[in-house]
Amino acid sequence: MPLLELRGLEARYGEIRALHGVTLSVDEGDFVAILGANGAGKTTTLRAISGTVRTSGEVLLDGSRLYRRTPEAMAKRGVAHVPEGRGTFASLSVLDNLRLGGWTRSASGRDLAHVFEEFPRLYERREQQAGTLSGGEQQMLALGRAMMARPRLLLLDEPSLGLAPLVVREIFESLKRMNEHGTTIVVVEQNATLALGAARHAYVLETGRVVIGGAASDLQQNESVRRSYLGY
Amino acid sequence: MTNFLQQVVSGLASGGIYGSLALALVLIHRSTGVLNFAQGEMATLSAFLCWTLVDHGWSFWPAFGATLVLSFAGGAALHTAVIRPIQGGPLLGIVILTIGLLIAINGLDTWIWGGAAKQFHGPFSTAPITVGGVAFSKQDIGVIVVSLVVVVLVGALFTRTKLGLGLRAAAANPLEARLAGVRVGVMLAVGWGLAAALGAVAGVMAAPSLFLDPNMMQTVLLYAFAASVLGGMDSPVGAVVGGLLLGVLLNLVGTYVHWVGGELRLATALAVILAVLLVRPAGLFGRISVTRA
Repeated sequence: MPLLELRGLEARYGEIRALHGVTLSVDEGDFVAILGANGAGKTTTLRAISGTVRTSGEVLLDGSRLYRRTPEAMAKRGVAHVPEGRGTFASLSVLDNLRLGGWTRSASGRDLAHVFEEFPRLYERREQQAGTLSGGEQQMLALGRAMMARPRLLLLDEPSLGLAPLVVREIFESLKRMNEHGTTIVVVEQNATLALGAARHAYVLETGRVVIGGAASDLQQNESVRRSYLGY
Repeated sequence: MTNFLQQVVSGLASGGIYGSLALALVLIHRSTGVLNFAQGEMATLSAFLCWTLVDHGWSFWPAFGATLVLSFAGGAALHTAVIRPIQGGPLLGIVILTIGLLIAINGLDTWIWGGAAKQFHGPFSTAPITVGGVAFSKQDIGVIVVSLVVVVLVGALFTRTKLGLGLRAAAANPLEARLAGVRVGVMLAVGWGLAAALGAVAGVMAAPSLFLDPNMMQTVLLYAFAASVLGGMDSPVGAVVGGLLLGVLLNLVGTYVHWVGGELRLATALAVILAVLLVRPAGLFGRISVTRA
């Protein structure tokens, strides 16, 4: 039984339909990439899962259908969503941001120590306002906050956006480690090469529908994926 | 010199009241962006509640405690029943709604308790004591101490507790807070409850020297606006310091600038608002949130 299943998910922003029936599934422990051009519905798919946009269609977690999804209820069920643009509390300190990550489960000092071990830079800047961190540090903070929640399912929207290649590599290394420790990850990425290199499975969205899905290694070989998203 | 000290002490006492009400305004403003015009009338209603309990034979402190609890519950209920349904709509609409609440609560007070001023016997004697030539009352000192204790408690709640963290997160970024699992609606209701309880402190502290009537807090609300602008609309510490400074400033100006006297006291407060907005719009303690793009 998959950890997460979407069946015929539809969503709209006013008159504009963003999702036209997205169907996909994510196994426990999997690392899934969602690829697609701008406006294909990648971000909306994540929002639909975490309950920040209204949808019709089915979302199943552990095989049971979730009817009323609010972000706070999904957080309690172990779904962490790091939205595009880092999603930190700019006016709060790094430490407070991390503490908020553990809101649903009263995270301990051990969790905090674990995050600081993963991202020593955050420890150096723990008293600073999150808004004063560099882009890379903010992404680390967003990830650290998600770690504090010990999520079963981590949703990430464009974690590489606007970051230096070295920082991007560091972030993806952390993601892989989290995945090895049992966190299921779904990442939306423009950078398809990077995403397919890290993920085990991938889906390609086009105009609000899944057009290709399968093992990441197969997608890397797929002719149309290579032409459209990998550029060779 | 004695006169100067005396004016400072009584200025601090009225400033403590402005500061408590300003703190209530700031708590709501920074979490929802709403300026709650009904805050003064809510405080008056709380003072009436306390007066009624005392009138029924309660001694002051239990009555005060019960008033705080009832005010908290009332504030939270008001948010849930009246404000929350229209949240997300235009901000101006909510502000106008609070003006409606001001009128409604004022009418309710008059309807229940009548318009005549009532004498409110507080816990502190208003009889003057003289120390080194400076005459002040226990009431003055009591008000100053109570407002300082309240600030310290509110500060500790916000910075030292999990609830405080949730309150700050909900104020800073509601959507993010929800994604972290914070129930923002509950946090905002708690914020309104806290503000109502703070207003109750201001109302009950003001009542012994102002006499209790339905319009008691209306000018105090204007002073509280001035205090919160002076301290910074988003700074709880600023609200209280602003209140104390304003109280002292108004007393000194009233005493030493003869043409101001008592009549232009309110106008002086409004001049303070204007001056702060011109010179330092963020207020003394307001900080412009630093964000690196």
